[in-house]
Amino acid sequence: MYEKDGEKYFIVDSHMHYWNAGPDNWVPGAEQYAKGWIECFHAYQGLGPPATHWPIEKFMSYTEDDLMKDVFQDGYVDVAIFQPTYLTEWYKEGFNTTEKNAALGEKHPGKFIANTRFDPREGDAGLKQLEENVARYGSIGLKLYTAEWNNGSRGWTLKDPAAYRYLEKAQELGIKNVHVHKGPTIWPLDKDAFDVSDVDHAATDFPELNFIVEHVGLPRIEDFCFMATQEPNVYAGLSVVIGGLMHARPKFFAKVMGELLFWVGEDKMTFGSDYGIWEPKWQIEGFVDWDYPSDEFSDYPRVTTATKKKILGLNAAKLYGIEVPKEYQLDAGEGAPAARDDSVGVSSGSPAASLG
Amino acid sequence: MTATTTGSRILAALAEVRDPELDEPITTLGFVASASVTPENVAEIHLRLPTYFCAPNFAYLMVADAYDQVSALGFETHVILDDHFASDAINEGVAARAGFVRSFEGEAVDELDSLRADFLRKAVLAGTDAVCRPLAGFPLATMTLGDIPDSPALGRLKRRRRDLGLPYADDSPLLIDPLSGDAIKNDDVPLHLRKARLTRTSLDANTGICRGMLRHRYDTDGQGEEAL
Repeated sequence: MYEKDGEKYFIVDSHMHYWNAGPDNWVPGAEQYAKGWIECFHAYQGLGPPATHWPIEKFMSYTEDDLMKDVFQDGYVDVAIFQPTYLTEWYKEGFNTTEKNAALGEKHPGKFIANTRFDPREGDAGLKQLEENVARYGSIGLKLYTAEWNNGSRGWTLKDPAAYRYLEKAQELGIKNVHVHKGPTIWPLDKDAFDVSDVDHAATDFPELNFIVEHVGLPRIEDFCFMATQEPNVYAGLSVVIGGLMHARPKFFAKVMGELLFWVGEDKMTFGSDYGIWEPKWQIEGFVDWDYPSDEFSDYPRVTTATKKKILGLNAAKLYGIEVPKEYQLDAGEGAPAARDDSVGVSSGSPAASLG
Repeated sequence: MTATTTGSRILAALAEVRDPELDEPITTLGFVASASVTPENVAEIHLRLPTYFCAPNFAYLMVADAYDQVSALGFETHVILDDHFASDAINEGVAARAGFVRSFEGEAVDELDSLRADFLRKAVLAGTDAVCRPLAGFPLATMTLGDIPDSPALGRLKRRRRDLGLPYADDSPLLIDPLSGDAIKNDDVPLHLRKARLTRTSLDANTGICRGMLRHRYDTDGQGEEAL
């Protein structure tokens, strides 16, 4: 939890990692990709305040102690949600697997939620693995990377019939939240891998699932926003938005936040630090202090303390069924976190509805 | 011709090459690591990008466009993309004039023309915001391009519309749908402008991230890069 000026914020870090990207984990023959990937992540860290930068050696292989200190002790986080990233073509034990995450979670009860993943190209064996992971780790969320390599295939889409089979299975197993990576990516080749239209289809056909689009489709924020306004069950995952822009590009951060508040709405935006790319501490402190920098932004929706409480924790807590102590909840009349009806194409009460 | 003149001609040619995703010249973005000409009149251009994993489709377009621009000056031309996971495939593909699909055999099935057009449409929308932002209160739905005072932003918007085969003459409507070319109706103007602003914000934010990543990766200015 975080407290500032008498206001109490319940913090859910809805998108973070515990990876091993050190040379000991590189697949022989794929070293250049394993190294290139983590160096690329490290460059993102460079967009945060200089005092929070790590040397590449630590960045490749930060420890459990580092994580617990940065996220919980110094970082104000109440509950952190692990999002796995496998990348087993480059990393021997995977980059950041459900197993590795869950093992850490078991040592710190109540601190973590371990999401799992699927890849529809893995056929029946993958379906079985998904079922086992859900049973073993109690996952109610997934992280999906549609641009991931797999045996010569450079990606897949949520529209694929095989993906629908997996989504049906996931729903049957009790999965509620599907985090889809639509952001800085790899190997888009001839496809535009940032394309969010596949989320549009899946969100329509699986109305019981929530789709959290991580990194808000960056660099295609506009495609994401146009899509999100049409789908009541599509949410904006702010990982990279706060970490990558708030410090490095404050004016663009203000514009992007203004646009997201306008098109998607404050009930449907969730904070994620993207740790270990960025530590949560400076992001949370900075965001609680943040407001539009000038009058130039006067026609964007206002940002209130309630807005920040929802984004920093209450929305994700609602999506994941996390119990929030009374003193951190909103007062009556301050809105309903994670409400599905707050977007342009959905509700007459949403900010953009006046545009008709 | 002096070496300096040759160098500036090459940089001017490279300034015509844009990052199709960001709609900015590769020179001002800092992507030109070096540009030189040997005494035998062979031009060698090195390009660099913000990350090892920048999208290879856009990288290919920039390398191919740089090749076209510089070789049009009459030089034997070598364009080399440095420090990228697909450097070899792209450099060899462009040098062999192989096209994108042959350069990535088995991995790509479409050439990049439609991708480029998608991004030109985004550039038209973003450019619409740049031109129309100072015009609040004007009856934009009834105005033509000729009604707007000349400015770099207007010139750029016209060129992007021309590149897409959309109307760009002075008597064509100021606001058009970038897909169909149809004029925007009065009732649809507020939403159209909102979309234009959002698209510009997205492009600008992306450019900001790319510049920050490039600066993290290389601590030298690119050739023709403007100090920011």
